This record gives sequence, structure tokens and C-alpha cells, in this order.
Amino acid sequence: MRMSGADIVLESLKRVGIDTVFGYPGGVVLPLYDRWPAHPEVRHILVRHEQGGGHAADGYARAAGRLGCALATSGPGATNLVTAVQNAMMDSVPTLFVTGNVARNLIGRDGFQEADATGILTPCVKHNYLVMHAENLAHTFAEAAYLATTGRPGPVHIDIPKDVFIDEAEFVWPEEVSVRGYDLPGAADEADIARAAELIDAAERPLIIAGHGVILGEACEELRQFAEHTGVPVLNTLLGLGSIPRTHVLSYGMMGMHGSYEANMAASNADLVIGIGNRMDDRAIGRFNDFNHHAKLIHVDIDAGEHGKNLPTAVPILGHVKDVLPQLRDATRQRSHLDWIRWIDEVRDDHSHSMAIPSGPQMTSQGVIKRISERCDDETVIVTGVGQHQMWAAQHMRFSYPNQLITSGGLGTMGFEVPAAMGAQVAKPDALVWSICGDGGFQMTLQELATMVDENLPVKMAIINNGYLGMVRQWQELFYEDNYVAVAISQPDFVKLGEAYGIKALRVTDADKIDGAIAEANDHDGPVLVDFQVEAEGNVWPMVPAGSALSETVEAPRPETPSEVAR
Amino acid sequence: MSAELRKHTVVALVEDRPGVLNRVASLFRRRGFNIDSLAVGTTEEPGISRMTIVVASENGIVDQVQKQLAKLIDVIEVADLTGEDAVIRELALIKVACTTEQRREVLDLVDIFRARAVDVAPGSLIIQIVAEERQFNSLIENLEPYGILEMTRTGRIAMLRGDQTTAVHDPESEELQRFRHSSGRRPAGELPYVSD
Ligand SMILES: Cc1ncc(C[n+]2csc(CCOP(=O)(O)OP(=O)(O)O)c2C)c(N)n1
Ligand SMILES: [Mg+2]
Repeated sequence: MRMSGADIVLESLKRVGIDTVFGYPGGVVLPLYDRWPAHPEVRHILVRHEQGGGHAADGYARAAGRLGCALATSGPGATNLVTAVQNAMMDSVPTLFVTGNVARNLIGRDGFQEADATGILTPCVKHNYLVMHAENLAHTFAEAAYLATTGRPGPVHIDIPKDVFIDEAEFVWPEEVSVRGYDLPGAADEADIARAAELIDAAERPLIIAGHGVILGEACEELRQFAEHTGVPVLNTLLGLGSIPRTHVLSYGMMGMHGSYEANMAASNADLVIGIGNRMDDRAIGRFNDFNHHAKLIHVDIDAGEHGKNLPTAVPILGHVKDVLPQLRDATRQRSHLDWIRWIDEVRDDHSHSMAIPSGPQMTSQGVIKRISERCDDETVIVTGVGQHQMWAAQHMRFSYPNQLITSGGLGTMGFEVPAAMGAQVAKPDALVWSICGDGGFQMTLQELATMVDENLPVKMAIINNGYLGMVRQWQELFYEDNYVAVAISQPDFVKLGEAYGIKALRVTDADKIDGAIAEANDHDGPVLVDFQVEAEGNVWPMVPAGSALSETVEAPRPETPSEVAR
Repeated sequence: MSAELRKHTVVALVEDRPGVLNRVASLFRRRGFNIDSLAVGTTEEPGISRMTIVVASENGIVDQVQKQLAKLIDVIEVADLTGEDAVIRELALIKVACTTEQRREVLDLVDIFRARAVDVAPGSLIIQIVAEERQFNSLIENLEPYGILEMTRTGRIAMLRGDQTTAVHDPESEELQRFRHSSGRRPAGELPYVSD
């Protein structure tokens, strides 16, 4: 059937299973918007900023476990998307970003609102396209969706000149997609599995690091079975949290810069590390050259480029985690590592103060975050911003299923919290979605409150209001001799702000009122903003100072005041 | 680290479509890989171009170069021909200062190196040489006393000896070929003026 480019785009979105687009219009995408009413199956959510639309698509994709989509106009629309695209790239989130561009005869002539969107985004995407012919649109969308969702997922960008939306072409949907420069890894090499199994069987102090890949590869059950079979304790990267229930006996939580003391010591003392779907990031691993010299490394990943990128790897295993983990389980002996686990438990018990929530009447960020977590059900989705509150959420919330935590890991994008929570709520309309916001990050993208009201998205937002760009303040305190520069951040009256948007808003200044406010928010049918005014200068402990090895994890200073010591 | 720097000859077979060179260059820049030389041209397979990239780096890095290149969707195949039994060549044009009296001497040198003089002027000669690095450097050393006025090199190209190849013969359907070929290319002819 012959259709306009605009109709082909909308028809193609349906074919690749996109039911929601977070978009923002502009001149060059007018022909597309003009045809939207004819395609009611694709819901358009008008965001208030393209970055918000991009993060919403990202949050949507993570919560739903499928392709998310954002749309922007040319020039400023496209450049506003960049942060969100790179965020999805760093965290391997399957997303489709569509931008309009100036008409073909204006490309390269610095036309009004022209930006070299494909050039700007090339290093930020898994792949991108500039579609110069309407007859190529359908194929491009099919290929883009295939690339975004298979292998190591990631963002794919399609740039479409204005007149391509207007041109007509035959709508031909490709039966299948094959890309000769794109090979999905097949079954893992038998010899690699055998070598890995040998190391696992021989190890005395083995350890699993489970990353985001386990969740993306939908292999959480396989991870649990493998860990239980081999008796190997499991650490998580920030984005791997939720791949194994935190309550599981073999789960030891997060490692890394703000990982638990016992997790970092376990990683530093293991004789075998099995990385599964993680990318050996410096925030998780610490100084590369001094990461546990005694441990051999097995690394399971679907992206060969991750093997040996940051750490020398004894056995790289290329394959899909969902296939590799059962293979490894079948190839290894059933074991338990009681001595090793006892060792980790002892470290944990001896250092229980290192992540303890300060006691006393003051309102701590950790306290608020923990209380929210205690009032979550199994379906609750937690979204965070970036900074201290993010690390405290990772430390103190008990994540027990995949994608329960949606956070900006690789890029560390402040301002992710509000729009990503919005996207997650669209994906899971019936779930309780809590956004743990920084007072700094919240102010970066709060314009999406209007979108939440428009769409009646009942997101609960907890502003962890310490009056500071807290994580930066912590670094200035610890590494720049208390020289606080540009970290005290003023703010509007958040309650009035919420009310101005028509959102229920609460303020909590007293630790006794935390529970009540959370309950009130949970019970309210609609978005809620809670301004938790917490202590200003709490620090996140433990901490691996930037550039240090994991073994150099620093703990909170021991309590000093007599009363606290006595406790 | 005392890792040894070595020149690696990496061959990449890529889709012949707009933006591919940008993707490859962008990757090298972003990851801090150094390109010594880069030669691009068509191959026996329509729609596939061949890039020969010389990378000076430690062995571990070249492994990453190959893996990261292979991740680019438009890159179909990557091979490292370093240390393989391969024919490796580079062409250079060298304009050397040379008086009529010196000409005989210079032409003798040209002969010894199996190069050719391709242009003669009263005060200069253009010498064309197709050679491997070492031979090439030694010619330059010998020419330097006369004064090298200008030089240009194509960058290395390489091919395995014998029956082995690094070619891909994975022709795509006509429809796909049309798609790949036209993607990102401006259509021919006048386009309607569509502005906002
Ligand atoms: C877009 C962006 N700009 C700057 C930073 C650097 N940065 C990291 S954490 C942080 C402070 C965050 O402050 P806030 O949102 O109040 O959270 P807190 O650390 O106080 O919990 C800053 C500025 C960043 N991560 N992202
Ligand atoms: Mg703050």
C-alpha cells in the first residue's frame, strides 16, 4: 500500500511493538504529527523537555523490559536528547530515538534548526540512520528495533528529513531482518566452558559479580541456580541489583565505590572472580591495576568488546548469559564454600558499623530511604537520581527482582529521577513507583511534573533534601579539606511548587513523621511530592576513594561521642 | 608498563555507505587508538569497501581495536594481518630537488630501489615507489641529501598470500543492496523546497 512517510513511520512503530512515544513537536516533524490522529494505537505523551522524553523512554524500557521510544524535532530538539541517548548507551537500554531533520535540499546548508544529529549522536548510539528516501523507512525501523533489542541492547537513532515524512512510498514490511555486519554470538565455546568449569571446581574462594547483563538477558533464575549449585556467593554491580533477591543467602549486595565493606573485601580476597554480564567498570572494580592480583577472572558477556577491556581475563566466555549459565552449571560440581562464606560473614559482622544508619533524633537520608523500602511491595519500582541518595538507596533498599531499581549507572545523570520514574509508571500503570530524588537532580528536570499531571501518572517522589549537591560536598569535605565551593544549593518551596503543578505535596522535617508521610503518599491516587528535609552533611560510607583499590575501602569514622560508644 | 609498540595492519571490510568512515574515525578518536595510516577503497564485492588501518600500539590494545571495530554495525569483518604471510605495500610519490647534473645519480638510486621517475623538470623529479616500509625509508634516507620538496603516501594496503583471503562474499538481496546503497545518500535531481 502506498502511504506518506509519516504514515509509514507510525505504522512501523506499531510493527515493532511500540505503544507509547515520549515526544515533543517542532517544524520538521509537523508532517508526522499531522498524521498521528490516524494512528491512535500509538500513544503520544507530550513531555516538557526532550531530555525528559529520552529518560522517560529509558525508564519505560527498563520497567517494561522492552523497547522504549522518544521523538524530537531537529536542531535543538535533537541536541536536547543527547544526554538521554548517552545514558541509554552507557546502561545498554533498548531504546529508539527518532528525530526530524531539515528537508533534504537544506541538509548541509545550515538551514534553520539544522544540527548534524547523526554526527553528534554517532558515538552515543549502537547504530544510527539518516533516512533519505521514504521507501527506506519501514526497513530502517525494522532493522533499528532489531539492533536495539538484540545482543547487547542499546539506543538506535533514526534521523528523518522533513520532506521524507511527506514523500509517498509503498509500505513494505520486511519479513525478516538480517544485517551482515552484525553477528549475534552463538553457543559459547565448549572449550571455554570446560576451562571455566575447571577453575570453578578448583576454586576455594570463588565469587560471582552479577551485572546488568543478567537482568537484560533475563537470566536471573539461571543465575540463582548456578550460584546455588556451585555454592558461590554473589555480589552485584549497581545495575545488577535485583538480579538475585537481596534476601538470598548467597547475596552479598553491592560492591564498588560505595559497596559494602564485606563485598569489597570478598572481591579483594577471592581466588576466582566470575563476572557475569558486567563490564568491569572502575566504580565497581576500583583501580584496575590493583584489583585482586590473586584472583583468576572468568568473564561471561554477550559483547566480546568487554572481554579484556579493563582487566586481564583468564577465561572470556562469549555468549548469551541465559544459555551460558546452565552450561556452566552442568559442567561444574555441586559444592558449598562454608569456610569462605563464614569468612565473609565474619567481615560483615565485624564491620556492621560501616554502613549503619546513624542513630539519634535527626532525620537521615538513609532512614527515609530505608523506611520507603520497608513500605514497598514486591511490584514497587524504585527510580533514583544520582548522588548520595542514589548510593544510599542502593545500600539500604532490599531489591529482590529485576528492574526493581532503575538508576543511571554508567553516565550518572542527575535529573534522571523524575522523567525516568514517569516512564516507568507509564510502563507499569498499576505498580507503585517511588522516585528517590536529589534536591539538586530534581531541579534539573522537574518540568515533567506537568506531564505527570496531564497523564495522571501517580508517581511518588521523595526529595531527599539535604540542601546540598551532597555527593560533591562529600568529596569537597573529604578530599578538598572542607573547601565547599558551589555545592550549597538553594531551592524553591517544594510544597508550593508541587501545589502549583496541581500535585499533592508534603513536607517532613521530623523523623517521627516519615512513616505517616510515606503511607499518605502511597494511599493517594495521583502523583505526590514529599520534601524530606534531612540532615545536611551526612556522608556515604563505606567509600573507595577515587583512584584507590577496592582493598583500600574506607569505613565511616568510628563513633566518638561517649554515649554513642556506649551503645 | 614496558609493552612494546608495534605497527599492526588491521583490515576491515565495511558497508559502502555514507558515514562509515566517520564511524570508524570516531571510534578511534573516542577510544584513543592512534591511526598511523588509513587506506580505503572498493573491493571485488559491490557494496563492500576495504579499509586497511595501521595502528601503532601494544598487542592488548590491538585486540580491543579489532573488537570495537567489529561492534560497528557497518563493519562486516575485521582481521589483523600483522605477522601473517601477507603482501604489504604502500605507494608514495616523492618530489626531490635535483639539478640536471645530479639527475643521473638520482635515477641510479631510483633503479636500485625499483622505483620509477614519473615526472622530470629542470630542478626536480617525481619518484614513484611501491614498496614495504623498510625499503621505502631507505630510499628516503638516500634522497634526503638532495632535498625532498614534497611527499605523499597512500598508506599501507595488505593481502594474504596463497589461497587464503580476508574477503567476504556475502552478497545481499537486491532489495537490501538498494537499501544499503541509498541509505543516507541524497537523492538525485531537484527536490521540492520544504522549509518551515
Ligand atoms: C548532569 C550532572 N551534572 C553534574 C553531576 C555531578 N554530580 C554528581 S552527584 C552531584 C550532586 C547531586 O546532588 P543531589 O541531586 O542534591 O543529590 P545528593 O548527592 O545531595 O543526594 C553532582 C553535582 C552529575 N552527576 N550529573
Ligand atoms: Mg542534595
